[in-house]
Amino acid sequence: MLLYILKRLVYVTPVAFGVSVVCFLLVHLAPGDPLSAVLPADATQATIDEMRAAYGFDKPLPVQYLIWLWHVLHGDLGTSIATGRPVLGEVSRAVVNSLILASVATVIGFTFGTLFGFVAGYHRNSLADRAASAVSVFGVSVPHYWLGMVLVIVFSANLGWLPPTGAGPDGSGNWRPDFEHLRYLILPAITMSVIPMGIIARTVRALVADILSQDFVEALRAKGMDERGVFRHVVRNAAPTALAIMGLQLGYLLGGSILVETVFAWPGTGFLLNAAIFQRDLPLLQGSILVLAMFFVALNLLVDVMQTALDPRIERA
Amino acid sequence: MTAPVTAASVALDGGVLAAEDVTHGPEAAFAPSRGFWGHVGHRLVRDPVAMGAGAVILIVVLIAILSPWITPMDPYKGSMLRRLKHVGDATYWLGSDELGRDMISRLMLGSRLSLFIGVTPVLIAFVIGSGIGILAGYVGGWTNTILMRTIDVFFAFPSVLLAIALSGALGAGIFNSIVSLTCVFVPQIARVAESVTTGIRKRDYIDAAKLSGASALTIMRVQVLGNVVGPIFVYATSLISVSMILASGLSFLGLGVRPPEPEWGLMLNTLRTAIYVNPVVAALPGVCIFIVSIAFNLFSDGLRSAMEIRQ
Amino acid sequence: MSVIPDAPDPFARDRGGPAQPLLSVSGLIKHFPVRKAGGKKQVVRAVDGVDFDVLKGETLGIVGESGCGKSTTAKLLMGLIERDSGSLLYDGQAVGERAMPWRSYRRQVQMVFQDSYASLNPRMTVEQSIAFGPKVNGVPGREAVERARALLARVGLEPKRFAGRYPHEISGGQRQRVNIARSLALEPRLVLLDEAVSALDKSVEAQVLNLLLDLKAEFGLTYIFISHDLNVVRFISDRVMVMYLGRVAEIGPSDTVLDAPAHPYTEALLASMPSLDPDNRTQAALLAGDPPNPIDPPPGCRFHPRCALAEGVCSQKEPPLDAIRPLHRVACLARQPGSGHSAARADALAA
Repeated sequence: MLLYILKRLVYVTPVAFGVSVVCFLLVHLAPGDPLSAVLPADATQATIDEMRAAYGFDKPLPVQYLIWLWHVLHGDLGTSIATGRPVLGEVSRAVVNSLILASVATVIGFTFGTLFGFVAGYHRNSLADRAASAVSVFGVSVPHYWLGMVLVIVFSANLGWLPPTGAGPDGSGNWRPDFEHLRYLILPAITMSVIPMGIIARTVRALVADILSQDFVEALRAKGMDERGVFRHVVRNAAPTALAIMGLQLGYLLGGSILVETVFAWPGTGFLLNAAIFQRDLPLLQGSILVLAMFFVALNLLVDVMQTALDPRIERA
Repeated sequence: MTAPVTAASVALDGGVLAAEDVTHGPEAAFAPSRGFWGHVGHRLVRDPVAMGAGAVILIVVLIAILSPWITPMDPYKGSMLRRLKHVGDATYWLGSDELGRDMISRLMLGSRLSLFIGVTPVLIAFVIGSGIGILAGYVGGWTNTILMRTIDVFFAFPSVLLAIALSGALGAGIFNSIVSLTCVFVPQIARVAESVTTGIRKRDYIDAAKLSGASALTIMRVQVLGNVVGPIFVYATSLISVSMILASGLSFLGLGVRPPEPEWGLMLNTLRTAIYVNPVVAALPGVCIFIVSIAFNLFSDGLRSAMEIRQ
Repeated sequence: MSVIPDAPDPFARDRGGPAQPLLSVSGLIKHFPVRKAGGKKQVVRAVDGVDFDVLKGETLGIVGESGCGKSTTAKLLMGLIERDSGSLLYDGQAVGERAMPWRSYRRQVQMVFQDSYASLNPRMTVEQSIAFGPKVNGVPGREAVERARALLARVGLEPKRFAGRYPHEISGGQRQRVNIARSLALEPRLVLLDEAVSALDKSVEAQVLNLLLDLKAEFGLTYIFISHDLNVVRFISDRVMVMYLGRVAEIGPSDTVLDAPAHPYTEALLASMPSLDPDNRTQAALLAGDPPNPIDPPPGCRFHPRCALAEGVCSQKEPPLDAIRPLHRVACLARQPGSGHSAARADALAA
């Protein structure tokens, strides 16, 4: 097992390297000078050159990359052009908020997705199956930012049950696990849970149907095993894949929450990215994307290792 | 010691030749032969869900094409006096937006840009991604390793993040959002194309074609392409729904289409301020995105199951 | 007499005369690298030094358990995988060299695969599949199609009904007929049949075998017929070669090898065959267990761990493939006088 983890690490390293290159190049994709946003329009050439030298933009690209990488490896993601604060601090605070939202959404999505998937897979072509299929098509087809708006319209604007935006009553941007803060979490978490719900329902349905149609289940029944025992077998066989998909969905939600976070003004990474884009704060953009992508890479690795550990059929060579 | 040998298991009287094997096919004699796509079409037509979804797509496409001539009112002309009219209004059938422009006209005209920025990236990515994937899959070896490892790097980004990061770096605009969405889908399609091609390459009929002396290029063109394009295409159609949602999402964030052009995502954004005044109208553009996205998903599902012809 | 109008007479293409083997294989070796746990590099000795000749106009049967290297040998003979070493002489000319490049060799040597479905392109009609070979070799389109139709008729499939069909629209036996027709489209002299009838029903198998015999006589073909079914091999082959773990165990005329096998492995194979004749059933199960791992074959004679005649010498000395009578060669120390095996000494004394 240790050998397998090592092998995966060796495989992941070049990918992580590539990710850092892409993140670095993002800034240089941008049209115009990355400093234009902070410099006054009437800045003299001398000021501009001074700033360029200060940010290291006067050196050739590969050198800039290596310097940047060196700093990144030492935990220095640069300084936000807009606020002048270190990027790492800004990003970590946002990541915590996003992680809370994404985890809750994943748990909701996973719970209901598995439930629908099991019901549908067990009773194929029944009414329940159709309903579950409809839910999963809904989940993957609905524009979630629109769903967020609709939920706000219904539960905040019309019914007034839940707050429409923000992470808490004080507006500080730090979520705490108490009742008042929990109310702020409900709508965005439900909105974000529909995608993983649809995908997990679809996968679990296919998995369960596939396992039930296999010969060994027939053999278990013929041996006299009761339905509870059969169910245990189905769960044990479906679990590794279902868990792997749940892990990946968590990553997707963390990186893809920007639209929902914008709708609910949730102070997470999506919100941060949005601000970075519109203030053309390129170090902040670069830093937050790098952190999110690395998080996704690490999560992928973890899921892979976990799935291998759980699934007896995969050889840990 | 001599091992006993029997010669009985092969019935070799020449008299039985051509009895069952040759005269009777598995189907009725002289049944017209349909090609693969003929079978797929035949099965697709019998799938009511896919046909319904196809009809919705067709109607939306027709509206998109004809909208400049068929909108009931001028989609750009607003009126400060007639803002946020409700659905069912005598003049504004689906109400009016925050600048007093006719919603139904804007929704109709909006279908143009929404479809365009949603479908174009998938089309371009289909061409580029198939090219990369088929090349990697057919050539194999180091070419495959280099291409697929590069693709892996892009897989390390969640697709929404990649789209927004690229869009954000490139700046707002229709062209830039199409470029960033294309970059999101190329790796996904390339990976599918690679695995399909690798699977086909190992088939015996490719070996048989090699034995006939055909060049690698001829084999690729005649024997490989026809077998890989179908599955890749189906996969690409399944991406259109996501692409529509993402493209409108970029506009929703202000990274795509710019006002005053009507586009569903952008309309959703500008109407957000109106959710307390006229929630139904505010939600309408999202309904359009939802309907089209669901139609593409259902059609793609139907196409996939129609193509699963087991022999 | 040929159904194909412009077919050159196969007999007229002969170079070295009837005594020269059509295909002469020597020292053929193919090892597949595998990585085992711990990163150690090892090789599967799929084909490990194989020599044999294919005589003009004969059918050479190749038999053996699965994993013995039959199919790898077939692919090596066709150049579908590259050999590590060894040489192929086609009618006296070295294959892959200037006189006989692979391209011209393949026009004369074709192959029929076991899986009739996987070996036909599912998106091409039967006729297109057959005409593909001639087309890429410069035959004009219309002529190639005509040739395809003539061949369809010749293998017993009425062109009017079958030419436009797709592989999934016809039965397994019909597909294998199509594959045979395709292999003949380039007018080869040698056809390699790799388990070509193994997947067919018994009744269909018999029809296809008869078709193969007819075609062979008509076109003056030479066959290499690979199968695990000894009955089929006995029926169709003039000579039989028995392979075990990547090496030749025994080779000789069918009647001799299958009626009076000299190698204990051949004997065991024959004994393990189910007999339909109740009087002829054996009691002794001579072949126990699976063949050993080809990654790490036993030293000496590879068959000795499963052999009833095994002695100490068998695990020390690799038996050469020696003739024990004219045309009949065996790789077994027990049959080779002077090998140090007690049975061989007895034989020698008796002789």
